[in-house]
Amino acid sequence: MNNAIKRKQNLVAYGFVLPFFAVFATMFIAPLAYSGYLSFYAHKLVGGVSFVGLGNYVRAFQDPAFLFGLGRTALILLIQVPIMLGFALFFALALDSGRARGSKAARLLIFLPFAVPGVVAVLMWGYLYGQNFGLTGQISRALGLPPANFLSDSLILFSIMNIITWAFVGYNMIIMYAALKSIPPELYEAAEIDGAGQFRLAWSVKIPMIRPAILLTVIFSVIGSFQIFNEPKLLVEISPTGIPQGFTPNFYAFNLAFVNQDLNYAAAIAFLLGFVIMIVSYVVQLSMQKKEVQS
Amino acid sequence: MTAQLTHVAAPPDKPSNTDKRRKGANRGRRSNLLTVVMWMSVLYFILPLIWLFMSSTKSNGDLFTTFGLWFGNDFNLFANIHDVFTYQDGIYLRWTLNTVLYSTVSAVGATVLATMAGYAFAKYKFPGDKLMFAIILGAIMIPLTALAIPTYLLFSSAHLTNTPWAVILPSLVSPFGVFLMRVYAADAVPDSLMEAARVDGAGEQRIFWRVSLRLLGPGMVTVMLFTLVATWNNYFLPLIMLNSGKLLPLTVGLAQQQATSAAGGGAQALFSTVITGAFLSILPLVVVFLYLQRFWQTGLATGGVKG
Repeated sequence: MNNAIKRKQNLVAYGFVLPFFAVFATMFIAPLAYSGYLSFYAHKLVGGVSFVGLGNYVRAFQDPAFLFGLGRTALILLIQVPIMLGFALFFALALDSGRARGSKAARLLIFLPFAVPGVVAVLMWGYLYGQNFGLTGQISRALGLPPANFLSDSLILFSIMNIITWAFVGYNMIIMYAALKSIPPELYEAAEIDGAGQFRLAWSVKIPMIRPAILLTVIFSVIGSFQIFNEPKLLVEISPTGIPQGFTPNFYAFNLAFVNQDLNYAAAIAFLLGFVIMIVSYVVQLSMQKKEVQS
Repeated sequence: MTAQLTHVAAPPDKPSNTDKRRKGANRGRRSNLLTVVMWMSVLYFILPLIWLFMSSTKSNGDLFTTFGLWFGNDFNLFANIHDVFTYQDGIYLRWTLNTVLYSTVSAVGATVLATMAGYAFAKYKFPGDKLMFAIILGAIMIPLTALAIPTYLLFSSAHLTNTPWAVILPSLVSPFGVFLMRVYAADAVPDSLMEAARVDGAGEQRIFWRVSLRLLGPGMVTVMLFTLVATWNNYFLPLIMLNSGKLLPLTVGLAQQQATSAAGGGAQALFSTVITGAFLSILPLVVVFLYLQRFWQTGLATGGVKG
């Protein structure tokens, strides 16, 4: 290819990329940089705004509210995410095996909660959890059991995990199911000639084949878990003592910025949060790739 | 576990000439146990929505006194819908239109930007392409909500807060959309086709708009659908950016309405009005998803398989 044509093609390619990057720079890079800048300053009662270096970050790591928020996120990552992805994988495999009746309808119905806005989902579950009038209360009374208070201080975290699971199992299932559908059928035939049963087939052929899709769902779940905001923001009115200001890091950043008016510290928390997410996602990616090499 | 049980139900045949055919038929065999487990699980996903529908047919009194998964004493659906659309001079309709406006403009804009960029990354080699793409991949990891607070501060100094732009502009950036379109375009647009068009004398712009764009359709629908849902469902961004009631989208409006009715102020909305409003708000997206399922399922497959 001669140089003039190459240069022309480069220009065209930059032309295609430019509009995205222009918006990306103003709506993504600039706020990020600004957030980083703000995080190095603090607003003092005496003397106004002053440079504090890493002061806000040091403060964050000594701030029990922030650390407890991170702790709750860790619990969600360790308990809720495996349950959610486990169910998603089970349903995807079950649908793919074609052995359940009405698979197509079941697939759509399991996916349906994803189309429900998070706000509506939380609002709805808030009513369902009601100890006296909610559906869970009605059902446990009908069964002669004492109704559990899902909005109490000790249960609220698990109630929130349930809402997230309800909303996102279907989404993750669809990603895995789509990946399963693209496995070449010859692979199954080879396994079946070897006499592998369905369970063995799923474990030794299907799951390894869709590892990239599973990795994608894990990464998205990690990112999503660190960003939890709607649930605490909307449930705090009916569970005021169960949901402190720092319930999740994101909810904490919001409260710091808009309730406490401590913008610099809020920026540091937001920045730190992005950093933690990158590290955790990277570790997840690395550990899953390592497994791939081993197997 | 269920797979093992179905295996017991269909013992392996002795090797024979018909073996392969029998195994092939075997794959389609139904399992009663799996069917029961599957549909029991479907109940978990669907019962809350049935509750939402049933509740939207009830009067405020029946809401708390009758069984949640069946109709109440009165069928109040139409009265409730009437209440939803007349509450505060029909603010609900305004919220709906705002949501439609914000999400369609954002989705169309984000899709156009992501398609052009993803196509360039897939089909052209140019200086800096690897670095740029790496930056975009890194951006997928950054939580959008972590950006929202500094974005609010920047917008506020530019006097853009409390305008529709405050919600639309940040939603135009979809790093994942670029990623998905790059993966999709790599396969969907054959290099040979582009070469043939070049030989015919078509310029690069013309090739994109006349040839490639048509082949990118399913990928674009996926990106559009997912940015549409993301903006439609967004709560954090409009919550901090907007404060005049007339500009709110449905999510923030409904949450506020719920808060006022829970607080039980003077002329508050009834719980039944809030619940009916919530029920109505999920219908458009459900319809869109059902109608376009062929597209988003293939599009997602692309991201999941190659990702």
